[in-house]
Amino acid sequence: MSNQTESMPKSKFSLADLLKRIFVRLGILPFLLLIAVIVFASLSDNFLTGRNLMNVLRQSVYLTIVSLGQMLALLTGGFDLSVGTILALTSVVGATVMASVYAAMPDAIWLAIILGCFAGIAAGTFIGVFNGVGVAFFGVSPFMMSLGMASVGFGLALFLTGGTPVYGMPEAFGNIFGFGTLFGIHTPIYAAVLIAVLLYFYLYRTKSGRYFYAVGGNIKAAKLSGISTRKTLLMTYILCALMAALAGMLLTARLDTGEANIGASMPLQSIAACVIAGVSLRGGVGRLENVILGAIFIGLVQNGMNLARMESYLQTVVLGSLLILAVIADQVRLRYVASLKD
Amino acid sequence: MNSQAVTTPDNRLEEDTHQGDAYPLLQTVELTKDYPGIRALDGMNFDLKAGEVHVLFGENGAGKSTLISMLAGANTPTSGDIQFNGKLVELSSVHKARELGISAVFQEFSLIPQMTVAENLFLGAEPTTHGMLNSRAQIKAAEEILSKLDFHLPCDKRIDHLTRAEQQMVEIAKAFRSDLSVLILDEPTASLTNHETDQLFRLVDRLKSQNVGIIYITHRMAEIREIGDRITILRDGKYIDTVDAKTTDDDELVRLMTGRVVGQIFPKITVNPGEVALEVDDLHTVGGSVKGASITVRKGEIVGFAGLVGSGKSKFAQACFGAFDIESGTIIFNGEKIAKPKTKEMLRRGFMYLPSDRRNDGLMMMRPARENISIASLDISPFSNGWMLNKKKEAKVVKALAEQLNLSPNRVERDAGFFSGGNQQKLMLARSLTREFNLVVFDEPTVGVDVGTRAAIYEFIVELANNGAAILLISSDLPEILNLTNRAYVFYQGRIQAELMGDEITETNVLSHFFEREAA
Repeated sequence: MSNQTESMPKSKFSLADLLKRIFVRLGILPFLLLIAVIVFASLSDNFLTGRNLMNVLRQSVYLTIVSLGQMLALLTGGFDLSVGTILALTSVVGATVMASVYAAMPDAIWLAIILGCFAGIAAGTFIGVFNGVGVAFFGVSPFMMSLGMASVGFGLALFLTGGTPVYGMPEAFGNIFGFGTLFGIHTPIYAAVLIAVLLYFYLYRTKSGRYFYAVGGNIKAAKLSGISTRKTLLMTYILCALMAALAGMLLTARLDTGEANIGASMPLQSIAACVIAGVSLRGGVGRLENVILGAIFIGLVQNGMNLARMESYLQTVVLGSLLILAVIADQVRLRYVASLKD
Repeated sequence: MNSQAVTTPDNRLEEDTHQGDAYPLLQTVELTKDYPGIRALDGMNFDLKAGEVHVLFGENGAGKSTLISMLAGANTPTSGDIQFNGKLVELSSVHKARELGISAVFQEFSLIPQMTVAENLFLGAEPTTHGMLNSRAQIKAAEEILSKLDFHLPCDKRIDHLTRAEQQMVEIAKAFRSDLSVLILDEPTASLTNHETDQLFRLVDRLKSQNVGIIYITHRMAEIREIGDRITILRDGKYIDTVDAKTTDDDELVRLMTGRVVGQIFPKITVNPGEVALEVDDLHTVGGSVKGASITVRKGEIVGFAGLVGSGKSKFAQACFGAFDIESGTIIFNGEKIAKPKTKEMLRRGFMYLPSDRRNDGLMMMRPARENISIASLDISPFSNGWMLNKKKEAKVVKALAEQLNLSPNRVERDAGFFSGGNQQKLMLARSLTREFNLVVFDEPTVGVDVGTRAAIYEFIVELANNGAAILLISSDLPEILNLTNRAYVFYQGRIQAELMGDEITETNVLSHFFEREAA
């Protein structure tokens, strides 16, 4: 240790070196976060207020949950383009079931909510089962599999509703899961925290969690080490869909309607959140806590652009550019990693 | 023999001979190549004369492949010069090297399996008329090349329908697409039959007479004698010596190659065969890689599997481990008959297979060394209680293993990809100590590993055997089979050609079974 501190001042470019080390270790996210805060704080006085930041957090909840699922798919070297569809299908099925149970038995509010949530989440997760079976057992590329399922799910959601929003859910559902607060914090935030904690435990404290990294790190090595790669891949896409479905139900509560048109931006945004957070597109690399930051960062940028009154079409341009920038940064980082090593 | 057979009407070859008197055809000056963490080639001085066969000789990882990849333009040097006919040249791409007439035939083929022979021959230089592909001209030109080389191959056949030897012929023929001044052959006979090898040697002779310079990599002493003119020996990326092929004897070559007497690298083995660990009878695999092989391995033994690439020696072990599908045959492991081996269960029973290809099959390069070591035993104590990981104990055990194996640098949180080849191999070896294994299969354990680490690996293997484990050593490196095993099976085309015991395991004995057919 003392050797290192002694040799530090000798280096002329210690600041550049330090920045490089931060870049290699944490990726591009800290830099982007810093830039975003500076830019938006100077554009709008309201940006750095406690209320607005709480707003950002609440709005980012849905993307955060979806991104956690997307991270699993990316960790194993694939990705899931059907997360948006899963949101939509969950919303439509959940709302329909909830509304019809409520209409049949107006007194059994909780029964309606529970049955509705269950049906919605099951429908969404089912998409993941198909994805998982296709990828794990038939060797379909995750790209084709999830792209195909995205079309299937979206079509089903539109077919079930005829394209119109589903009304008639009990008011309590929206009041509690959409707008409810406890100790001044919105309920969706509690849900996200709970999901993140459970997933953290699963990923980093159990052997099955380690297997996600092993399969993405080198699938052949994983196989030769006695890991059931098929089971792991199947789990990946089921869990990813489950996350998206949970987000879909929470979003339905917030909107108070079942919508087939929600979630269209989710595939891109969730992948962007992960990649910006340093999850490798080649699989095997990425940390859960960073992904949460990545999702919040995207929420922050969207919020900032809204406050700065940027047109929504242009916002899409910015988000796409950010994704590409993150991928380029990842490539550059890989080159630096080789020179710094650890 | 008509020496004009292969020449195309171009006068470059004649110019070469004139200049060749003054300058070597191809020369490297202080050529150096660095990879992250390792200097693959260190100040190499090498020269090739027109019309000679210059053999590169050295162990795996000595820098031969690095040298030829730079001469072929597939890789750029970190420092140093390459001179062609006395002129400084920059071989920044394979294409550029080809323009000068430098062509290489690598061990790993650069053929596109879905394309035909003719399409592959002219890949990147397709004959066109008015900007359109002229496939008739292409087939005609391909037939011309093949007939000149006396290769009997159908031009319209797809590459993936050819045998490995035929693919090799296509790869060689590719070099003859344009005029040739330097031909680089990287272990070209490794997968050829005797007849095909003779054919190749006749071709080499013909090229020599046309003043083509040939760089030839081989591990076979007999070949060096047969066609070599000069031999340059490399060791650990450094130039050692250049000697005359006809007058230098085998012992001298081995001494130059290894830098020590053979006995120093290989530890002494004492064998106390115990009970039978693995007994396999008449094993056939799906796809016919193994066609009826039977073996017995006892605890405490080191049994070698020798044979060519693709002879079925690896597939046999993989099939027993559950990593390759079995068609028929019986496998008895530790007295238990196993109908259909599954990797996970075989590991639990105490059967470990360490694959040869570290990068593709063995390690997670972007994950820490710790995870790479513990990966195969995460389902048992001390690594987990079957479900939940015990990270503290994992770190402790892995650290102890890393120390035991002298991992260098001893940092278990560093990504596997940043260790040198030898240390990456140690990560794999450490895996075999993460639980009690009764049988450990080492598949080419020293590929790309330096001599020092190699000795350590051999000691490791012998110690495992002395501690009562049965060892299966699959190796294409003959000295390993000769010096490290007490019994060896020689594989040929999916069958066991011979079983050799103790003193019978000699170089000539093993090699003679590499090719020989049943009738011979």
